Amino acid sequence: MPAAADTLRQSPLRDRHEAAGAKLVPFAGWEMPVQYQGVRAEHLNVRAKAGMFDVSHMGEVRTSGPQAEELLQHLLSNDVSKLAEDGAQYSVLCNEEGGVLDDLFTYRLADGSFLTVTNAANHERDHDWMAGHAEGFDATVEDVAARYAMLAVQGPVARGAVECIADGVLPKRMRTATIPVAGEDTLVCGTGYTGEDGVELLMPPAHAPAVWDALLAQGVRPAGLGARDTLRLEACFHLYGNDLSLDRNPIEAGLGWICKLDTGFIGSEALQDVEPEQTLVPFVFTGPGIPRQGNPVNTPAGGGEVTSGTLSPCLETGAGLAYVPKGAAEPGTEIEVDVRGKPRAAVISERPLYAKQPARPAAHDPHSPPKNKES
Amino acid sequence: MAESYPEDLKYHPEHDWARIEGDEAAFGITWYAQDALGEVVFYDPPEVGATVSKDQAYTEVESVKAVSDVFAPLSGEITAVNDKLSDSPELINSDPYGDGWLVRVKLSDTDELESLLDVGAYKDLLSS
Repeated sequence: MPAAADTLRQSPLRDRHEAAGAKLVPFAGWEMPVQYQGVRAEHLNVRAKAGMFDVSHMGEVRTSGPQAEELLQHLLSNDVSKLAEDGAQYSVLCNEEGGVLDDLFTYRLADGSFLTVTNAANHERDHDWMAGHAEGFDATVEDVAARYAMLAVQGPVARGAVECIADGVLPKRMRTATIPVAGEDTLVCGTGYTGEDGVELLMPPAHAPAVWDALLAQGVRPAGLGARDTLRLEACFHLYGNDLSLDRNPIEAGLGWICKLDTGFIGSEALQDVEPEQTLVPFVFTGPGIPRQGNPVNTPAGGGEVTSGTLSPCLETGAGLAYVPKGAAEPGTEIEVDVRGKPRAAVISERPLYAKQPARPAAHDPHSPPKNKES
Repeated sequence: MAESYPEDLKYHPEHDWARIEGDEAAFGITWYAQDALGEVVFYDPPEVGATVSKDQAYTEVESVKAVSDVFAPLSGEITAVNDKLSDSPELINSDPYGDGWLVRVKLSDTDELESLLDVGAYKDLLSS
């Protein structure tokens, strides 16, 4: 239900967004920047250099206690026992029927202490679900969303920019570290949702403006939620509410790899025997048009539906994700998308739609040509 | 371009403009409309010869994020479309009253003109 403008929650970076020329829009009960100068420019800047996204609307749930791991193993689809200290893990939260309540990243901060990042629109439901299933476990589930602001710094030079303002070594991909950033302890996570290298920073809300200003001074440019959506779509990452929902199970969504059925998580029983008729695949348009969520799809094996669609800034063509019959899921299969009555030609693609470019050799790379000394 | 609303145009409350030339008119969307939409990345012109009806959607403009219907400020038959926009839809942002025009229409009922807003009334609508 859309909230009235005066009840929308505000990010601690609100004045920074206004100063950067943001267009602020209601999003999951928050007022957040959808774009600054333009979705395409921000998207391409993240692919070429570095951008920062205010994702402070995302929620955090802390699970702690002697049986915190057992509780999360009961709730989350992935094998939480494999999640190392200072590690990160992607999973889904399912109901008993195997429908998806949310998709989440969980960090093990210490023995018996986990932090799970939720989607803003699902945060309360996630927290209530997790707390509601804690009975019988020696563990505490706390809503700690108000304690954190969150910034995603993404792009090929994102790590370098964060290193310049951090006092310590940044964690590798899918690892975390608590180190001072812009002078105050910050949880740095080697995660992101753009298909680029980078980190996500979790810090007290009052510290977020200092981090923002320091990153701006390093040349990191603001990017809005519009670019975040087009970037994740090119990387073929799922968006809850589009590609994932209570009506879809993680197997048909292509997330079987994070569903460890033998851990006995809630929903695992229902998923044991699932043989989905459809599967989620990426596609690109071979002619004009832009696919949108809800567009019907015609394939040689029957009908399907677009769940995410946009104009891909890197491919410069319409692109998206669609559920299609399994018999039409092979890359190369020609399909037709009905865009408000106009049939548009498309083809099933390999994932990802856009792959991160290999890093350029660093200046000290022995294989790069020697520099002329001018002094 | 900076926000502007030319004096010589007639405006429709759905943020469309009409430039009247005898019994023909050019249609487009206003600065406000293109700004609200953001960067236009796709425009598929309607067919020449198609009929448009006042207050009804006759085409769409698309940004990366969204599709927007474009409403006809007046009724008539499309006599020309701006083919340049198929390759350069961003002209709708950069020059909404010039190179970003959408269609030319042979008007079927010039009495409808009375219901359109002049620039002052449209600006009042924007600030209300």
